[in-house]
Amino acid sequence: MKRTATVLAAVLLAAAGCSNSGGSSGGGSSADTPGVTDSEIVVGTHMPLTGPAAAGYSKIAPATKAYFDYVNANGGVHGRKITYKIMDDGYNPANTQQVVRQLVLQDKVFAILNGLGTPTHSGVLDFLKTNRVPDLFVASGSRSWNQPDKYPGTFGFNPDYTVEGKILATHVKTEHAGKKVCFLGQDDDFGRDSLAGIEKVLGPVAAKQSYVTSNPNVGPQMGALKAAGCQVVMLATVPGFTALSIGTGAKIGFKPQFVVSNVGSDPATLAKTLGAAAPLLEGVVAANYLPLVNDTANPWIQLYSKVNKEYNAGAEMDNNTVYGMSVAYLFVQALQSAGKDLTRDGIIEAVKKGGFTGPGLVPVRYSASDHSGYAGEQLTTIEGGKAKYLGKPFRTDDADGAVEVYEQAAVAPPANGIPAA
Amino acid sequence: MTVVRDRVTTRLAVPTMRKQSPLIILVLGAIAVVALTYTLPPFRTYQLATVGAYLCVTAGLTVLTGLNGQLSLGHGALMATGAYTLALWQNKFNLLVVGIIVAILVTTAVGAVIGLAAARLRGPYLAGLTLAVAVVVPSITSTFDGTFNSDQGLSVVLNPPPESMTVEQWQAWVCWGGALLTVFTLALLTRGRFGRDMRAVRDDETAARLAGISVARTQVTAFVVSAACAGLAGALFAVIAQSVSPGAFPLTLSLFLLMAIVIGGLGRLTGALIGALLLVALPAVAHEIGEAAGSQRLEGNLALTFFGVVLVVVMLAAPGGLASLRIPLKKKGQR
Repeated sequence: MKRTATVLAAVLLAAAGCSNSGGSSGGGSSADTPGVTDSEIVVGTHMPLTGPAAAGYSKIAPATKAYFDYVNANGGVHGRKITYKIMDDGYNPANTQQVVRQLVLQDKVFAILNGLGTPTHSGVLDFLKTNRVPDLFVASGSRSWNQPDKYPGTFGFNPDYTVEGKILATHVKTEHAGKKVCFLGQDDDFGRDSLAGIEKVLGPVAAKQSYVTSNPNVGPQMGALKAAGCQVVMLATVPGFTALSIGTGAKIGFKPQFVVSNVGSDPATLAKTLGAAAPLLEGVVAANYLPLVNDTANPWIQLYSKVNKEYNAGAEMDNNTVYGMSVAYLFVQALQSAGKDLTRDGIIEAVKKGGFTGPGLVPVRYSASDHSGYAGEQLTTIEGGKAKYLGKPFRTDDADGAVEVYEQAAVAPPANGIPAA
Repeated sequence: MTVVRDRVTTRLAVPTMRKQSPLIILVLGAIAVVALTYTLPPFRTYQLATVGAYLCVTAGLTVLTGLNGQLSLGHGALMATGAYTLALWQNKFNLLVVGIIVAILVTTAVGAVIGLAAARLRGPYLAGLTLAVAVVVPSITSTFDGTFNSDQGLSVVLNPPPESMTVEQWQAWVCWGGALLTVFTLALLTRGRFGRDMRAVRDDETAARLAGISVARTQVTAFVVSAACAGLAGALFAVIAQSVSPGAFPLTLSLFLLMAIVIGGLGRLTGALIGALLLVALPAVAHEIGEAAGSQRLEGNLALTFFGVVLVVVMLAAPGGLASLRIPLKKKGQR
């Protein structure tokens, strides 16, 4: 037992040796705001760079970083350069706990930006609140992010899955009237919120199935939907599982009309995952709220292409790239709005003030009483392997409000591609 | 008091028993932990708390595998049992201490069931059974998603710690409180008759039976004790993370636990401590390397590789594990 004591002492001493000086956190002025100096702002994120949700999503954070590098090369924001720390959580909620603590406690980031995933990010809401860390533009459409009283520092980015469900269901109601509509969703708040929106418009669906990302097999679910005689299948799935569902369906001779959530619908990602079976994607209906990557005439896409070429090593662009850069653009807008004296409270106030206009087809909603992101979506369909927009953008709420057309045209980016103060 | 001491000294008059009282270790450990929580920065304190939680399960596992010779690949599942019990309890009653005790009791009961089956199995068949238990956890959580909420898991309601300390300090105290108690209890248990029985059963079941030891009872008891430790560890992890999800208790966790105690030194509580430390340190080192190499994608897979390499190196250099390495001042016999 003497050895036990010796080892214990050695271990504890070694641990003490690893210690680095602790910093203080507070909300006074930017001088003592964690992660902010006169020349730098450190921001962190958690992303699935590996694991079941990595397909497609792993391209988001590098795109965000590329846009920040572009801003940094043009003088930064109020003279500060943005450092973006990207942590891989493998879409595993347990890892998210670990990496977010590392970002907040060890790396002392100013804010968590665009943390990805409903099941993953749900688990760190309380931790971020306790530590008073701004939790901006979560990369998910769960309604959990929109709880201003409970989580005053958390703001979503994507349209609520319920909003999206209502918009997609409205399309199904008009275009596929009288058909048997079914649902396959992720077994968490993503799937549940989505189904809630769909059923608000369509009433109860004919059959519903769920999957978990830890089990990459949807054979039983697709079989059940086929047996139920579904003609339209609405998917609340991440890209890997969208491809899996469509592919598995085709294998058992089940080819209904698929209507897919925005987060699982990037054609480039799906085509890559399906490989030779990519033609199955023709006619799949989805929705989006940002410019589509193949719309090369769009000034935002031109801006993003330029940034991607210069700062992202010319990586292959898809809608995830567009998404990542749009997040970065919005964050820079918020920083500009928060002013030179940057504090954690300051940026939350700036986001609450809202009024940001950017690449979105519909506006973001942020206000003191609403922390959800984009207000609606426009339907897309896949033609010749590429997505294209249908009709006009729609806007609605997550309650019983009507789904209405949003008429205002999108704005163009500023000439230098960086939002002004 | 004197009478007791006399009895003890005469009973323990065997030379190898010249060891310090576990009570001293307990007190020293507690002092060291409290001192550390006031000197370490928050993230290190959080890691310290994690080491404490791991120590509970590695200590129990090393007693089971090292001293009793039963190989369990299912301790991750037992931890999940403890963690989910605590989460469900907290979300209903919010009484932490009672919740931890309930978590231990429930895991003990589950451990008793597995232990009863395990006592009839040997070697690879036992490993197979416990492996199946580890694999089944995610399926259970998604089958009964109304209770366990599938992959997303449950959040754990916790009262904020007292004003005078930070969350991380409080976590470290809770975890190390549990860990030191576990180590203390196991040290007492393994020194006494139960420890001798376990070793006897491990070394030769027939000889043990001839000596009047009930083999099955010893094996089941060892498994139950070990399960209780795993349940405590699981509950502590639920407290640290403020959430539970099946992703926190994958099959690799069970494998990591086993690797950790083998690298640390099988059958030694010192080895369990080293193992617990490695479980926290190696992924952190892997992360540093991944970051230095400029690819965050590396670290998702690097920790596994790292553990494998360390295992191979340690087994070549020190077959008894890191705890068997001595400063060459005094040479003692094996174990």
